[in-house]
Amino acid sequence: MYEGMIAETISHPGHKGDDIAAYSARPLGNGPAPGVVVIHHMPGWDEWTREVARKLAAHGYAALAPHLYSRLGPGSPDDVAARARASGGVADDQVVGDIGASIRFLRAQPSANGRAGMIGFCSGGRHAYLAACRLPDVDAAVDCWGGGVIVDDPAQLSEKRPVAPIDLTPELGCPLLGIFGNEDGNPTPDQVDRTEERLRGHDKVYEFHRYDGAGHGFFAVDRPAYRPQQATDGWSKVFGFYDRYLRAPAATR
Amino acid sequence: MCSHITEQAVTVGSAKGPDGWITVDTATVYYDHPYHAPLEHSLNIDLVNAAEGAGTRVAIELSAESARALMRAIHAALAQGEDAHGG
Repeated sequence: MYEGMIAETISHPGHKGDDIAAYSARPLGNGPAPGVVVIHHMPGWDEWTREVARKLAAHGYAALAPHLYSRLGPGSPDDVAARARASGGVADDQVVGDIGASIRFLRAQPSANGRAGMIGFCSGGRHAYLAACRLPDVDAAVDCWGGGVIVDDPAQLSEKRPVAPIDLTPELGCPLLGIFGNEDGNPTPDQVDRTEERLRGHDKVYEFHRYDGAGHGFFAVDRPAYRPQQATDGWSKVFGFYDRYLRAPAATR
Repeated sequence: MCSHITEQAVTVGSAKGPDGWITVDTATVYYDHPYHAPLEHSLNIDLVNAAEGAGTRVAIELSAESARALMRAIHAALAQGEDAHGG
């Protein structure tokens, strides 16, 4: 069977119409293909983020990774991420706006199947949880070890991040998949348990997978935190989840 | 973990990167994921000139242990140097 993809940097209108960069990886052919927004972690729009986009494309998804620090560039992703860090990070409203714009962009493509989800890692996992609660048009969300969904210290709330995502759980509008390492310090296993309790309490569609012997960021093949067995299983959970909610013709929200 | 916990210090001095010397006026310091160092977490220092572009930066990523060793060396050098030079 022939396989192919196009992977390239593009730009599209983001929050408030700002032009933002994005990395697009999509299968060749006429589709139909579901869309997935890839939300990068705090170190930025890096090589790992692009690898994830290409992995999704290789599995038949049109992936789009918006550069959430676009407005702080130009520059290499690590330099721009350093600038984002120095300025206190990016505001939640702006990130949710960018993610929503990326979802609309994916849905508008001629090869789209009309369904779109997202996946976020680390701070991007928190963003995925947040956007899944705030955006009305998401079909499936994956939170990979998103820290800060629960905010135990109110001092951590700020003008840019004024609300703990957990408090928006009643508004969660799509199925949620969570992937976590039991040796992670942020989120801790206790925080994962409390998030699950909240989801269950609001009768949300979700599934959480916790891995022993894994900490934070264990999918990253170029980091010492990489755990091949757990990561391989975790990816199978991600693709199984997307197959159910992004390929299925009937909505299951 | 990805946290936004970040310390900043005003700096007076210069740093040298691949494009030569830059004047640095700010040090951003945090303990989080490194971009390059083969560590899960590192003590990261970005020495920047805030008025310049994002690339005007000298970045350091150190293990916690070596960051503490660096701090001890800085303290010792300052103490000895200021004593010798009447600082």
